[in-house]
Amino acid sequence: MLRLEKRPQPSAFWTYATPVVAVILTMVLGGILFWFLGKPPVTAIKTIFWDPLFGDFAFYYRPELLKKAAPLILIAIGLSFGFRAGIWNIGAEGQYIMGAIFGASVALAFYPMEARWLIFPLMIAAGIAGGVIWAMIPALLRVYFKTNEILVSLMLVYVADVLIKAFSVGLLRNPDGNGFPGSRNLKQYPSAANLDLWTDTGIHWGVVTAVFAVVVAYVFFARHQFGFNVRLAGQSPRAAAFAGVNPNRLVLVCMALSGGLAGVAGMFEVAGPSGQILGSFPAFYGFTAIIVAFLGRLHPVGILLAGLLMALTYIGGDAAQSAMNLPSAAIQMFQGMLLFSLLSVDVLTNYRIRLTTAKVA
Amino acid sequence: MKRRTLLATGASAAVAAALGAPVRAQTKTKVGFIYVGPINDGGWTQHHHESAMEMVAHFGDAVDFVYQESVPEGPDAERAITQMCLGGANIVFTTSFGYMDPTINVAAKFPDVKFEHATGYKQADNVGVYSAKFHEGRAVQGFLAGKMTKSNKIGYIASVPIPEVVLGINSAYIHAKKVNPDVEFKIVWIFEWLNPAKEADAAKALIEQGCDVVLQHTDSTAPQQAAKDAGNVYTFGQAADMAEFAPMPRISSIIDVWAPYYIKQVQAVMDGTWVSENTWDGIGEGMVGIGEISSAVPADIKAEAEALRDSIAGKSYNPFTGPLNKQDGSPWLADGEVAEDGVLAGLNFFVEGISGDIPS
Repeated sequence: MLRLEKRPQPSAFWTYATPVVAVILTMVLGGILFWFLGKPPVTAIKTIFWDPLFGDFAFYYRPELLKKAAPLILIAIGLSFGFRAGIWNIGAEGQYIMGAIFGASVALAFYPMEARWLIFPLMIAAGIAGGVIWAMIPALLRVYFKTNEILVSLMLVYVADVLIKAFSVGLLRNPDGNGFPGSRNLKQYPSAANLDLWTDTGIHWGVVTAVFAVVVAYVFFARHQFGFNVRLAGQSPRAAAFAGVNPNRLVLVCMALSGGLAGVAGMFEVAGPSGQILGSFPAFYGFTAIIVAFLGRLHPVGILLAGLLMALTYIGGDAAQSAMNLPSAAIQMFQGMLLFSLLSVDVLTNYRIRLTTAKVA
Repeated sequence: MKRRTLLATGASAAVAAALGAPVRAQTKTKVGFIYVGPINDGGWTQHHHESAMEMVAHFGDAVDFVYQESVPEGPDAERAITQMCLGGANIVFTTSFGYMDPTINVAAKFPDVKFEHATGYKQADNVGVYSAKFHEGRAVQGFLAGKMTKSNKIGYIASVPIPEVVLGINSAYIHAKKVNPDVEFKIVWIFEWLNPAKEADAAKALIEQGCDVVLQHTDSTAPQQAAKDAGNVYTFGQAADMAEFAPMPRISSIIDVWAPYYIKQVQAVMDGTWVSENTWDGIGEGMVGIGEISSAVPADIKAEAEALRDSIAGKSYNPFTGPLNKQDGSPWLADGEVAEDGVLAGLNFFVEGISGDIPS
């Protein structure tokens, strides 16, 4: 009979192997799901995972992949600091929205002035500020009033969601928009637009920043005292206290980091791929990034790969929907399976399976 | 830079055409639909989908039909539309207001594909727009609401503050007020087209405030259910007939009738006669249907409502005929003056007598 036996230490091999196993398991389970829906399973899996990268239209999908992955990676990198330290910012979605509102507001305030050298950097600063401010609310409440940052940050997502809807029909509404909701399209405002740096590559400033964030995070975790403190606080808060880590400061810094990166991701998105402050702007990147962070083992390189993989399931999933007329719910289930598989396979990291002969008790 | 963009996108379109063409025999016309909700939402999207299926049934094997449901309005929509074009679509219908900019952007990259955008206002050489004069149907609803209410309080679940919705509220109010001067409108904005939970909450709140007629510009049947549970509350089907709630609480409905338009436009693509148009049709042209007025409505009121419907259909009466003042009391339409379509399409104010503001 099978028995789970706790490992004395998490297995180094399985730590890295589980995400891969989880992805393969998802493909198999997803294939079965598609098969039950009456669609050819192998074609469906190929449409999702292979075609966007190497299919006929890869020239279109590859840039899309980068655009989709960039905000996920940016947000997930920010979250990984807090998650490693045991600080649970669940409200990155709200910080992402606020970054977009702040960034777009700056751009719209200057409209139609032409001064990219001034406006674009200001927008980046405003985007970061928007995210940081929104993250500081749960952070300060936790530090001074011992509230639970999970709840507060999550609740603030819904506040941000209401705010962006209100701004899209109010303060930031396009005066030339015939009374329809939505701000001016920032993509059509050269001083603020976050377009591809090289045409049709999908590489905009957000993608560049995401790669930069991965590198910086890697260096921090591997070489810097702060990265060490973060890991220590997560593994052993008492040891961290003895080592002179100030837990309150750690909360503030980690929340500010995740908020700032989510905010800047929102700003790059609203100035680029999305273009407009609109009620439909929030696309759950902030929540998906939580999956990305864990799928990537809270490791910067892992997050980079996980972000790309997650983006691939979105892009490929959409492609499969329209190419094979799969219901959107099936694709969402498929994406959900990925997290489920990861969580279940994760058991192998901390436990080993033992085959034992049944004994009479 | 501009030039390079143009060349690059032109090249990709050419590659797409080259790759797409041999696989899919071009004798078939490929028709794509982008939906904002799931195809079984019971309202807006379901009705577009059913109309699309009617179109498919009409043409049979001559069309190749693809759709994508629950496409968020934003960058994802742009990708979904592009996907269809890369897949060889000849005409793509984008069936929600929020697909406007994405449709225009994609259309610029695929000059040979035709696009039809529902309820928007931006056109291009290969982008036509279409919508229905739902406010004509609202006039009939307003009339019935004004006649049927006993508490003189009429609830209105409004979706997103765009001209189409504002127009509907005005039209319903004008005609309710005309037959019942004491009538009062209570408007709840939910800022979404489809959210059964919010719609149910809004309906319950309105009923608790004493409204015995609830109009909705949202897509689900949740308000109908709430009214049924409360009893003695009248509602109207929206987009679809929602006949499963007849005769009570649903006493009539506004039905979107898209199929004839879809058949006509796809035919035009097949014939090579498609041109970009701005279509805004009403009851008369058959794009807006008034669902059967149920037995809960007395026969004389029903007859009057049908007469109103027919006068609008026959163009002898326009729901926006003066004298009408704006909400602040300033004059809008003089006695006998009729509002122009262009003005109505961008309407962003309430008429006199409606309390509350349009969210802004």
